[in-house]
Amino acid sequence: MAGKTVAAISTPMGVGGIGTIRISGEKAIEIADKVFCSASGEKLENIKGYTARYGRIVWNEKTIDDAVALVFRAPHSYTGENVVEITAHGGNFVLKRILRAVLEAGAIPAEAGEFTKRAFLNGKMDLAEAEAVMDIISAGGDRALKAARSTADGAVSREIASIKADLVFAAATVTAFTDFPDEEPTFSGIDKLPEMLSSSKEKLEKLIRNYDSGKVFKEGVRAAIIGSTNVGKSTLMNLLSRADRSIVTSIAGTTRDVIEETVQIGDVKLLLSDTAGMRETGDEVEKIGVERSKKAMENADLIIFVADASRPFTNDEKEIFDSIKDKTAIAVINKTDIADSDLELGIKTVKMSAKQGVGLENLETAILETVGAMELSADAVLLSNERQRNCVFEALREVTSAIDTLSSGYTVDAVGTCIDSALTHLMELTGESVTSEVADEIFRKFCVGK
Amino acid sequence: MTVKRYKAAEYDVAVIGAGHAGIEAALAAARMGTKTVCFTINLDWVGNMPCNPSIGGTAKGHLVREIDALGGEMAIAADKNTLQTRMLNLGKGPAVHSLRAQIDRRAYSGYMKHVMELEENLEVRQAEVTEIEKCENGFKVITAFGASHFCKTVILATGTFLKGRIYVGEVNFESGPDGTLAATKLSSSLQKLGITLRRFKTGTPARVLRSSVDTSELELQPGDEKITPFSYSTDPKTIKNTHDCYISYTNDRTKEVILRNLSRSPLYAGDIEGVGPRYCPSIEDKIVRFADKPRHQLFIEPCGENTEEMYLQGMSSSLPEDVQIEFYKTIKGLENVKITRSAYAIEYDCIDPICLKPSLEFKCCEGLYGAGQFNGSSGYEEAAAQGLVAGVNAARKVKGIEPMILSRSGSYIGTLIDDLVTKGCMDPYRMMTSRSEYRLVLRQDNADERLMHLGRENGLISDEKWQAFLDRTAKKNAEIERLESRFIPPSEELCEMLISKGTAPATTGVRLADLVRRPQLSYKDLAPFDPERPDLSDDVQEKVEVEIKYKGYIDRQLATIAETKRLEGKKLPADINYDEIGGLRLEAVEKLKKVLPESIGQASRISGVSPADISVLLIWLEKNKNA
Repeated sequence: MAGKTVAAISTPMGVGGIGTIRISGEKAIEIADKVFCSASGEKLENIKGYTARYGRIVWNEKTIDDAVALVFRAPHSYTGENVVEITAHGGNFVLKRILRAVLEAGAIPAEAGEFTKRAFLNGKMDLAEAEAVMDIISAGGDRALKAARSTADGAVSREIASIKADLVFAAATVTAFTDFPDEEPTFSGIDKLPEMLSSSKEKLEKLIRNYDSGKVFKEGVRAAIIGSTNVGKSTLMNLLSRADRSIVTSIAGTTRDVIEETVQIGDVKLLLSDTAGMRETGDEVEKIGVERSKKAMENADLIIFVADASRPFTNDEKEIFDSIKDKTAIAVINKTDIADSDLELGIKTVKMSAKQGVGLENLETAILETVGAMELSADAVLLSNERQRNCVFEALREVTSAIDTLSSGYTVDAVGTCIDSALTHLMELTGESVTSEVADEIFRKFCVGK
Repeated sequence: MTVKRYKAAEYDVAVIGAGHAGIEAALAAARMGTKTVCFTINLDWVGNMPCNPSIGGTAKGHLVREIDALGGEMAIAADKNTLQTRMLNLGKGPAVHSLRAQIDRRAYSGYMKHVMELEENLEVRQAEVTEIEKCENGFKVITAFGASHFCKTVILATGTFLKGRIYVGEVNFESGPDGTLAATKLSSSLQKLGITLRRFKTGTPARVLRSSVDTSELELQPGDEKITPFSYSTDPKTIKNTHDCYISYTNDRTKEVILRNLSRSPLYAGDIEGVGPRYCPSIEDKIVRFADKPRHQLFIEPCGENTEEMYLQGMSSSLPEDVQIEFYKTIKGLENVKITRSAYAIEYDCIDPICLKPSLEFKCCEGLYGAGQFNGSSGYEEAAAQGLVAGVNAARKVKGIEPMILSRSGSYIGTLIDDLVTKGCMDPYRMMTSRSEYRLVLRQDNADERLMHLGRENGLISDEKWQAFLDRTAKKNAEIERLESRFIPPSEELCEMLISKGTAPATTGVRLADLVRRPQLSYKDLAPFDPERPDLSDDVQEKVEVEIKYKGYIDRQLATIAETKRLEGKKLPADINYDEIGGLRLEAVEKLKKVLPESIGQASRISGVSPADISVLLIWLEKNKNA
């Protein structure tokens, strides 16, 4: 417990200003280095305590935000441990994404009052203060318990319980297979293990996907309209926002800056940006606009790639299209009022005429489907916070590792330990003990014993 | 009639019972130099195996290895009296490789009796202990004939003798196992010491005459060709497979006979109140609970060299004798079976082990220890493991040394005891590999590396054994280092072998260890390509292979262990008043008061104690350290 590195958003929640994520523990600096790229190229590992670096938060090759990282080296910090404070632009969305990255990089979410508790345990605080800390922790524990109990009847705990039951059964199957080798081979069902595990994996992935797209409902999807010049991006922007937000002319390169608008499609809030058409240009102003387009594209959750039905792909367009391959994207073949196109792009494609408003519904449906909105129907199960997501994420990681262990030809004992770890993470949500559950399951489900 | 008491001898350690727990307890205490006595109701039944004539099996084999590493006797005794030996689970991974041996039960018993008789500081005495009284600096241990012994410490290892009662159908009577006398008086004396007793039950199948079993049509189960002993000090060449086992199955007729007579079972009639072991159900239980299973397997095992009796593993029952005869005869191979002893269930007094410390000393009674089935466990190996720990700790108490507490992360024995004293048990506790969260680290091959230093510290490991251990470990480490640093060149032969094993061919020089790490390859497969390989014994080769192949998984468990050690190291004082610690939840206070954990680590495993409660305890500890 005291050995793990923890992280939390330590400024009050709310939009605006700046916010700070604090990472504390032995591996704080190492973890920060995994998500933070300083502008100077220096690793935080190599800088002194009490110094800061400006840079970017990058996770899964995506830039999340610009940030400042401030390094404290043990014991000279609030908690007495290594601490990195990452200050970025405020607003839940950005801060939570950064925290997510930090957690995925190896930290665990901090408990209520945990930074203060650590400060005390490391001799950074006196006795009177300690009493106050115990109250905070105790209240935090009560809250956590209440939260757990309030979701006890809820969909989340039912879903978790169902995944847990599957994994307990998988663990019991492995154990029954190994602990009762004298039993008839037919009884064990060990050959069904890959199936059981991939079914659990899918369920866990769905929980995470739902959580992530659930956040999308609350916080909005960043969508960028991109494409070559004069393919009708701005017309599309105006159509989607039902306003004359972007200036539309037939002159290529009219939009020179990124124009933003919030658009509601179904239940999804789209933070839409219209960008400058991408092309090699000598115009200084347009050049800056193109740079900004690229950045908007990088930051977007969803790309709407617009092409012209009336002409073949240009080299510029091919290049743009290649650059969005790894992103979540929808292609719009525009100007069907002028020409028909049989372009096959291999991604979800909508043919429409933005000018005449034909095909708008199809585009809106495609957007909703793509952000997982269609799947996220009213009965979708949503995890309620980052802590729960973290437990599910770790469980998923272990289940995946169990599947890999199995398929690469390792023996079942190694697979069993991965399943155990997955269960441990899931049970952090419910506070039960893994080993006794598995033993109980064996006796319940299998007829074993001498 | 009151028996006239007389003053008999004085001892440092008294052990009540000479079953598998009692033997290890008495031998350990005596070998550690304390004056020890071991009482048994019948000296001819020392180390008896009233149920299966075998030692080891999954997780249990690990326990036997660990007992050997700590300087116990069970492994050596089993090796010396083996009829057949098998390493189970080969192919399922090193964490679950488990050794099991069929044992000549009467020879084993005779061997153990003799070892005890020869032990310098140990007296073995046939007597029924009827009372234990607390007195200044120790206890008075009183026998049925009035002998009163002053003993500084006492270990209770009463097995199924304590108020034992045997059930066969409608018949039931006071008895110990295998026709011995029950210990009927001691229970009330223990209750006077403040100990709460409860009832557990267990059962055993019939024994049958070999000549009445037709084995010609049955599946044969022979021993392993390659023999692995339990003890690190046994030469494998001294063990021979001399007997076979056989497999048969129940059928529809067996089921029909049992279901028709179910009302005559004392369990279904409600005569037995004791809780039975879930993992060891009677055949009637299996047929009722798993009604859709068409058949149940049974093993027919030899009981010894000088007997024609055979044991029917998987067929325990408490049905009436006439029903037993009828259903056993429905089974293939047993059509003309002659029963020599009937199956029975036995009910006995035991404790909820939550009242014990991790040293196995009673929380309510200093100097008094419990071990084996008396503690709510089941199995010879589980009993012996606890006996050894109780014996060591009683001797350490007498010598004024801190108790030996085995950790969960260091051994199955530690896991077994921690489970018992932290969680208690609702039915007889059996060891299983799934009980350990560290099973890739707690393997049967490395019990010596995990525990032998503790055995050595207690004076239970001889110079010779210790030196052999040091040599073995040095060889293993050197070989691992060599494999990690040596590359072999690619060659046609190598690629051919790799492809034939279903793994990728090597195009450049390749590290030997990286090849061993491939799941498809074994250490032995690589011998032809590794001319510099030293000549190593089988057990060292096994260790080398496992440590390299499973390094990734082992390292992950070692990291978790390092985490938990921090919490295990934070000791909670014995006189802690949980009511006075603000911030603890009520449920947690109640649980903590009941278990009285010795460390934060133990506290964290109590159900009902939350992480927030643990934080509060950590802060309380820190605060009191400063105060």
